[in-house]
Order: sequence, then structure tokens, then C-alpha cells
Amino acid sequence: MKPKCSKILSELSDYLDQGIDPALRAEIEDHLTKCKDCRVVVDTTKKTIDIFCNSEPAPLPDDARHRLYDALQRKIRSCRC
Amino acid sequence: MGAFSCCFNLFVQEWGMGTPKMNPETPRPLPATPLPSKVVKDDESALVAAAKAGDVSAFETLVGRYERKIFRLTQNITQNREDAEDAMQEAFLKAYEHLDNFEGNSRFYTWLVRIAVNQALMKLRKRRPNQISLDEDIETGEDSMPREVEDWGPSPEQRYQQTELSGILSQVIGELDPSFRVVFQLRDIEELSTEETAEALGLSIPAVKSRLLRARLKLRQKLNRYFQQGEAS
Repeated sequence: MKPKCSKILSELSDYLDQGIDPALRAEIEDHLTKCKDCRVVVDTTKKTIDIFCNSEPAPLPDDARHRLYDALQRKIRSCRC
Repeated sequence: MGAFSCCFNLFVQEWGMGTPKMNPETPRPLPATPLPSKVVKDDESALVAAAKAGDVSAFETLVGRYERKIFRLTQNITQNREDAEDAMQEAFLKAYEHLDNFEGNSRFYTWLVRIAVNQALMKLRKRRPNQISLDEDIETGEDSMPREVEDWGPSPEQRYQQTELSGILSQVIGELDPSFRVVFQLRDIEELSTEETAEALGLSIPAVKSRLLRARLKLRQKLNRYFQQGEAS
């Protein structure tokens, strides 16, 4: 891995989170136009985050939901006593 | 100080902020007849206010809204179905019991996430007492450095059905070290800020950033086998 690519990697999270100063951002974006490997790593890391962030949680299993609401009712009753 | 006790202390401090109306261990008194729920159901702060005033149905609406997300969170952290259910249940019960101590300094959901993370970490630590420490230095060597740089195409997740994709995501996050997956869970799935994540886990901001980067790179690498162009069926 080239030194420039290592630098891109170390700044990757801040770059993706928009938490980077404009000069460094411009430097990274200039490098990305020239380096296909870094471009792919940045793009696939962004997709990784998006896929997890946008994924819908599975429905709560019915038995788990029943136990949750039963426990909640018991808690509510005990708080009233 | 161990990671969990560190988190737990922060959690207690959060409950103790400002001027608590009662001891956290004191059950919240409710009126004999719950107040009718008149709040708009899509307004979280109004639901919380109604629940604090004794409207049980408002609190149940909040539970219904977040039960799936909290169960996914506890499942991802504990990697054990029974522990995940227990941690989820305990999180909602503690939230109800200590609702008066929630002062609205953050979103209710963020507060709930912090409770659930603590419950899940407690389960994880009980099951693997010598392996779970969030605050020790983590070896972040070369293993997460990109080795494969094949592109994935524009919408790789669309190659899979929703349930199949959920299974893949659950599996790969479960393969991460707990120290990485908890940080990733809070930052990129629950969308807490770096500062909120650091506070919730008792970590420094540089530690959160370092683990988040490693977690992202490791997950990217693990997802390669599913999403590389031409690899999926």
C-alpha cells in the first residue's frame, strides 16, 4: 500500500462522516480520482455503512413480544401497589 | 475499572443528573386509573411526557415503536437469543421504572439505547467473563486493512431478499470482536454521535473513532464475499 493510500485509509471514517477540513477533503478527493483501489475501498465502505444503517430490523418473535408485554404489565401493577 | 462497571457508573450518573424527583430505586407511582392517551402518536416527546404523567398506553406505544430495534441491538451485542430477549425486556422495564429520571437532555430513544446496551453488555460479560473488556487497548493491526478491492456494483443489497440480507448482516457483525461491534452498533446502526457513543461506553473519543474505523473496514471485508460483483447467485 502506498503512503498516500495509507493516509486516505486513516482518514476514511472522518471523510465519510463529513468531519474533515476542506483542504484535506480536497486532497483526498484528488487522490480518489487517480487511485482506483482507494476509490473502491471508500465506495464499498460507504455502502457497508448504508446497508447496515438502512436495514430494517426483523419483527420481534411473537413469543418474545408476549413475554415482554406480560412483564411490562407486571411491572406496571407492582408500581401501582 | 472494568468496562461494564465504567458504563454502569455513567448510566447511574445520567439517571442522577439534575434534581431527581425520587430515588431511582423507588417505583414510579401511577394514578389508579391511567390518564387517557390524547397525544399525537408520532411525537416522541409528547409520548414521553404523557407516559411520565401516568399514561400507560403512551409508554406501550413507545415500546411498540422501538421493540424491534432494541431487540436487534441486544441480539447483535449478545449474539445469544435468550440473553438478547432478557436484555431487551429488562431495558424496557428499567426505562419504565426510571422514567421520571429521564430529563429530556437527549432523545428518549438514545436514553433507551444506553440502557439496553448496558443490559446487553452485562449479559455478555456474564457469559464470557474473561473476554469482554471495552476499555482495554485493542490490537488494531493489519488484519482489517483492505486486501480485496473488488467493486460491488451500485446496489449490492438488492441481490438478496430482506430476510436473507438480515441474516447476512447479523452473521458478519457477530463475527466482529465485541469491542468493535458495540461501537459500530451505536454509531452506524443506532446513529449516536461519536460523543454519545464515547459517553455511553466509557471510552475516549479517539478510541471510539479508532474502533469504528476498524469495525467498518472489517465489515466491508466480510461483506466482500456476498457483494463482490459476480459473486452472488
